[in-house]
Amino acid sequence: MVDLKVKLGRTELKNPVMTASGTFGYGTEYADFMDLSKIGGIVVKGTTLHDRQGNSYPRMAETPSGMLNAVGLQNKGVEYFIHKIYPEIKSFDTALFVNVSGSTIEDYITTAEMLNDLDRIPGIELNISCPNVKEGGMAFGTSCLSASQVVKEVRRVYKKEIMVKLSPNVTDIADIALAVEAEGADSISLINTLLGMAINAEKRIPILSTVTGGLSGPAVKPVALRMVWQVAKAVKVPVVGMGGIMNATDAIEFLLAGASAIQIGTANFIDPTVSVKVVEGIEDYLIRHNYKSVYDIIGALEI
Amino acid sequence: MLDLVVKDNLALNDQYFLLIVGSDSVLPPMSPGQFVELRVDNSAESFLRRPISINFVDYSANQLWLLIQVVGAGTAKLATLKIGDTINMLLPLGNTFSMPQSKSNKPLLVGGGVGIAPLLFLGSKLKEMGIECDFLLGGRSEQNLLQLNEFSKYGNIYTTTEDGSHGEKGFVTNHSILSKNKYDIIYSCGPTPMMKAVADYAQKNTIECEVSLENTMACGFGACLCCVTDSVDGHVCVCTEGPVFNIKKLKW
Repeated sequence: MVDLKVKLGRTELKNPVMTASGTFGYGTEYADFMDLSKIGGIVVKGTTLHDRQGNSYPRMAETPSGMLNAVGLQNKGVEYFIHKIYPEIKSFDTALFVNVSGSTIEDYITTAEMLNDLDRIPGIELNISCPNVKEGGMAFGTSCLSASQVVKEVRRVYKKEIMVKLSPNVTDIADIALAVEAEGADSISLINTLLGMAINAEKRIPILSTVTGGLSGPAVKPVALRMVWQVAKAVKVPVVGMGGIMNATDAIEFLLAGASAIQIGTANFIDPTVSVKVVEGIEDYLIRHNYKSVYDIIGALEI
Repeated sequence: MLDLVVKDNLALNDQYFLLIVGSDSVLPPMSPGQFVELRVDNSAESFLRRPISINFVDYSANQLWLLIQVVGAGTAKLATLKIGDTINMLLPLGNTFSMPQSKSNKPLLVGGGVGIAPLLFLGSKLKEMGIECDFLLGGRSEQNLLQLNEFSKYGNIYTTTEDGSHGEKGFVTNHSILSKNKYDIIYSCGPTPMMKAVADYAQKNTIECEVSLENTMACGFGACLCCVTDSVDGHVCVCTEGPVFNIKKLKW
């Protein structure tokens, strides 16, 4: 038997496989396809203080080995989450994190504060990296000063795990990671989507209504791996890696690069059962290499 | 999620093909309007699944028909599938056309291009219920009018082509049948400008009307939120709230 458990700041996960915010709804969308209790955690859809309709259609463009999205944090607001969604998902036997986003620091504070009392939510993922909203989102995550301010203020009111999700659209991601760690982040997740663009040449128009959007899928994996490796070297808190993970081998690469856990995003759209297969694949790998614990491979890259 | 086996893959002409798939186990129940998400190969150029509406379900043979137009790399690859190949699908997805309230209701099914696909299945179900419908099918030219022999089993066929090569020349909304016959409900699927014109006609004549939308989507089951349409309830997912919408629900 191998031990798949990992510790993420204040939270223990039964295995290192989580599903990424915005790709897994509230988990309920996947309950018909798979056993949610098999995975380490779910990061539910980006939640904001108020209801957001998101951006206009078209919001998606398929690109080589990936996709661009410009959903723009469509959600019904934190009140709706607390009263309508939470009662439906609180019995899920997996760690449930809420991805929190905002347009102002006050939005982040109020939203996080409201989530404090939900027993079955061990933490939030602070989204300072959404590329698809005009005000806020990525704006907070692209400078050390604003990133640390958000984390500092939310840390004051939120008592449980704060995982901070970083934007790859920066010059030096390790600097941002150090800045949020210094203000009390319990863990750091990366990468959010890379800002990209797609054009319809025949019609001479952008494909997305917002012109630019966030790139995800295997196309971003090499960039994500590099950034996870850089951040894991720089910080002491656990790192959660993501970006184009399609299978267990991809996931293991992120663990070797220094991630304590991983998140699966875009791959859920193609195979809604992929996260369970990745858990099984990591276990097989550990057995095959005679490892006892997933910790034997975290950061075990030989250079 | 099911792996289905290709039973036939018929090129109808250089643009369209009919993919027929089956299974050893009984196919799940499916209804007109619903769709499937086909996994192509996750290669660089056809990374995501392809949503395809259900053209027909042959329950006696336990086979599912998919009428597909070659529009890009993904559909081009699907066109090359051979008998015996397996293909992974999520099915059935989405909502369904609502059936008429009464058997005396007269439905008109208006389709354009590959949008005729779900109307064959709908026509067959209506016939099973004892309702004879009219089909009004439009295309750019004769080669865009497909499966006419199949449609003729379930109702009367009226056609329009933009070049006049089949039926009346012009668009479906100009067809003379609209001024001759009185309909209680219109079902439509096809290019958005066509459906909007049909919806406009239905609204002016106070006829119930449902349309099936074809927004691009990544997942097909309500997780990615990419396929939204603007409705009276705000942005709603076409994959889960639709693809069939009563036109009163849409902000057209």
